[in-house]
Amino acid sequence: MSDLIVHVTVNGEARRWRVEPGDLLLDVLRREGLWGVKRGCETGECGACAVLLDGEPINSCLMFAAQADGRELLTIEGVADGEKLHPVQEAFLDHGAVQCGYCTPAMVLCAKELLERSPKPTEAEVREALSGVLCRCTGYKKPVEAILAAAAAAPKTRGKTARRRRAAR
Amino acid sequence: MSERNVVGRRVRKVDGVKLVTGKTAFTDDIELPGLLIGKILGSPHAHARIRRIDTRRAKALHGVHAVLTYKDVPRVPHTTAGQAWPEPSPYDTYMLDSKVRFVGDRVAAVAAETRAIAEEALRRIDVDYEILPAVLDMEHAMDPGVAVIHDEPDSTHILDPKRNLAGDIHKELGSVAEGFKQADLILEREYRTPRQQHAMIEPHIVICWLDADDRLIIRTSTQIPFHVRRQVAMILQIPVSRIRVIKPRIGGGFGGKQEMVIEDICAALALATRRPVKIEYTRAEEFHMARTRHPQRLRLKMGVTKDGTMVAHHMKVLAATGAYGSHATTVQGNTGSKVLPLYRAPNLKFDCDIVYLNAPQAGAFRGYGCPQGFFAQESLVDEIAHELKMDPIEFRLKNAIRQGDTDLLSAELGEGKKGLPRIIRSCGLPECLSKGAAAIGWKEKRDAPRGTGRLRRGVGVACTMQGSGIAGVDFAGAFLKINEDGSFNLHVGATDLGTGSDTVLAQIAAETLGVSLDKILIYSSDTDFTPFDVGAYASSTTIISGGAVKKAAEKTRDQVCCFAAKMLEAAPEELTCKDDRVFGPSGKSVTMSEVAMFAFYREKTQLMEGASHFNTDSPPPFCATFAEVEVDTETGQVRVPHLVTAVDLGVAINPMQAEGQVEGAVAQGLGYTLAEELVLDGQGRVANANFCDYKIFGAKDMPKLTTILVETEEPLGPYGAKSIAEVPINGVAPAVANAVFNAIGIRFRKLPIRPDAVLAALHAQGAK
Repeated sequence: MSDLIVHVTVNGEARRWRVEPGDLLLDVLRREGLWGVKRGCETGECGACAVLLDGEPINSCLMFAAQADGRELLTIEGVADGEKLHPVQEAFLDHGAVQCGYCTPAMVLCAKELLERSPKPTEAEVREALSGVLCRCTGYKKPVEAILAAAAAAPKTRGKTARRRRAAR
Repeated sequence: MSERNVVGRRVRKVDGVKLVTGKTAFTDDIELPGLLIGKILGSPHAHARIRRIDTRRAKALHGVHAVLTYKDVPRVPHTTAGQAWPEPSPYDTYMLDSKVRFVGDRVAAVAAETRAIAEEALRRIDVDYEILPAVLDMEHAMDPGVAVIHDEPDSTHILDPKRNLAGDIHKELGSVAEGFKQADLILEREYRTPRQQHAMIEPHIVICWLDADDRLIIRTSTQIPFHVRRQVAMILQIPVSRIRVIKPRIGGGFGGKQEMVIEDICAALALATRRPVKIEYTRAEEFHMARTRHPQRLRLKMGVTKDGTMVAHHMKVLAATGAYGSHATTVQGNTGSKVLPLYRAPNLKFDCDIVYLNAPQAGAFRGYGCPQGFFAQESLVDEIAHELKMDPIEFRLKNAIRQGDTDLLSAELGEGKKGLPRIIRSCGLPECLSKGAAAIGWKEKRDAPRGTGRLRRGVGVACTMQGSGIAGVDFAGAFLKINEDGSFNLHVGATDLGTGSDTVLAQIAAETLGVSLDKILIYSSDTDFTPFDVGAYASSTTIISGGAVKKAAEKTRDQVCCFAAKMLEAAPEELTCKDDRVFGPSGKSVTMSEVAMFAFYREKTQLMEGASHFNTDSPPPFCATFAEVEVDTETGQVRVPHLVTAVDLGVAINPMQAEGQVEGAVAQGLGYTLAEELVLDGQGRVANANFCDYKIFGAKDMPKLTTILVETEEPLGPYGAKSIAEVPINGVAPAVANAVFNAIGIRFRKLPIRPDAVLAALHAQGAK
């Protein structure tokens, strides 16, 4: 099979990937050193491989790497600002929302996307935002509390404008 | 309770930052040059003999480096259960065999350059199977004339292979026959529990390679690194000294990784190819080839007097261990030993048969036999209280075991052999019940009319207990050394599987040494660099590994004081360690760092100490679970709006993490109660091997959870701690089932309680 060249922006950096047509985005991200993207089912059911594609959470196991051409990806590695953790990450630590940590990157990304779209979400909205990520450790209580606390602690106006939700969701 | 600085605090997880930022932490987060992908060919048949197996077409495939069948590996009977030696489980398993005993059982293994090549190689292995009749129904597994699953001559410790009987347990305390004579009310009921799977989000994964010294390195997601080392050494017939097992972070275990599931075959592939080899189960493989909770049929007979005193209880269990008997007798032993003694009936009897089936292998799973037993017992207790017109809380309080009691049944049942009597030194069950009842609104809701509308509400309760480590069996080592800046390396064999034990153990060390938590650098679970530990199971880590850490820290503190005494010109016993300093009687102090520097460069001494710990008793944590349910009488759906768990865990070393253990256990318990079941079709194939068809609870499915930690002071635990991780799972199913009865007046004695069953029962009720 002939290789494809894919141009993507990953965590703010332009990258050039050489991929095969059948390579999954999940596999290529891990191959490229973005180990925070986790494999849990490869069938789009567990959500552990979630990343943000142009700001929207997607399962990277359900997408070919080639489909990311020309698009912008955010993985867990790009969430903190250097050593300064994102408020959601701080809240996860303060509220005991991390147990094994395997689904944590996906949860943090989904929470970040939610808070940018809806800075003061209700508990139901938080649960909706996490509904694509299965967690077998926490019972979701502490992650939900952490996200609500991060939202409550945030200043009223946020820099980014809320993104419009996809009609389908 | 004296003033504590680190123990009892809601501190952040010591390894939290790397997890929340997605740093390389897990087994698969490593790049190894020349890594091959290993894949296992699973049997398509539930029961078959391999007449002929031809691997030539697979081996000829470019990129294939090894293909192994039973002809290529040592034939060593063993158990995959990760238990202390000598293992109480039968030796009925072979790395590869000429017979397959369930759909997914190992037929062959390959190692290839890529996953695609490995998968193609599997397709190119030609196998001629002689298909044998499959034994799929546990009720008939022992019938005369039924196919024999383990007919091989070399397996050992199987009770009666000809009858497919892996093991049995028969114990009586007092005489239930005499007890029933005194009873005014006797109820007999039958209960059934399903195959549940752990469904940890990180599947089983292992990477093996030979290091520069030709030693076998096993990097694996396991709860039992030291057992894995011993098992692999035995199976591959190489010395323990040639193997190093490293456990990185684990993406969830829950008992599913208290088992050597793929390490042996991956090691064999690495030895055969002399290349690094990785085996990672896909989710479908996980459902087919990993482990499950043992399904059980429980028949209970309970007798009480008019005043509500339990006089006799006889529990008869039939359990299926699947194709292999890992944890067979010990899980089922727990169903008796940790369930029956909750009530002080003088006459108790436990009978149990554990049969083989041509079905996925059962194993250890959080609760370890207790969720099955408590579902039955707590359902029946509720029914008895109802018959007696007694409040179910009052009935439980009247009969429950209490502080000062000695439980003799657990001694009889032990862990695969006769054990030690259990003395209840701490018991907060009455407080769990009162606080839980207040939180759910028991008084107001229990007697409130159920209503006649579509949605009917009810509340229910269940009481449960567990253990804290295996008495006289579990043990752990810990080692501490000081560094120049007054920090300490803490090396433990204990296995943090996401539970937060690294944090709890570091807290215990920091508290004992009088230093801040960030001065403890914990390193765990590496067989070359940490002391032995049986591993993370049986709710043992805080009490057993924590006990070892506390001892090691006390010894290290004594050493620190000896050197500080010279510096402070005082007697060592006059000194106290606090706030990263050592204080003399006059208030004069030196820093830990100054002591370290003095010891290193003046006295030429490395301050370091190690210690081991075990207990001769297993103090039970106690739990009261309260559920409120809402039954939709049109759809049969049972919703749980509110679930309250009140747990006596001894002293909580880290209350935040303890609550997390409760909430996670409860989520798994709700799945067990309402949704989760590994379904086999008529040929023994798993019919729901994915997360769409095997439903685990998501964020939107969870009820409001209230967690109440009831602290007691346990004399056998470090800083008074008992355990927390398992006990909260036990009460969810009976509390929900009892609440459903309260709501609609129907008893459900089979799990999971799914809408179709509820609807059918409602129709039958309406027809009456």
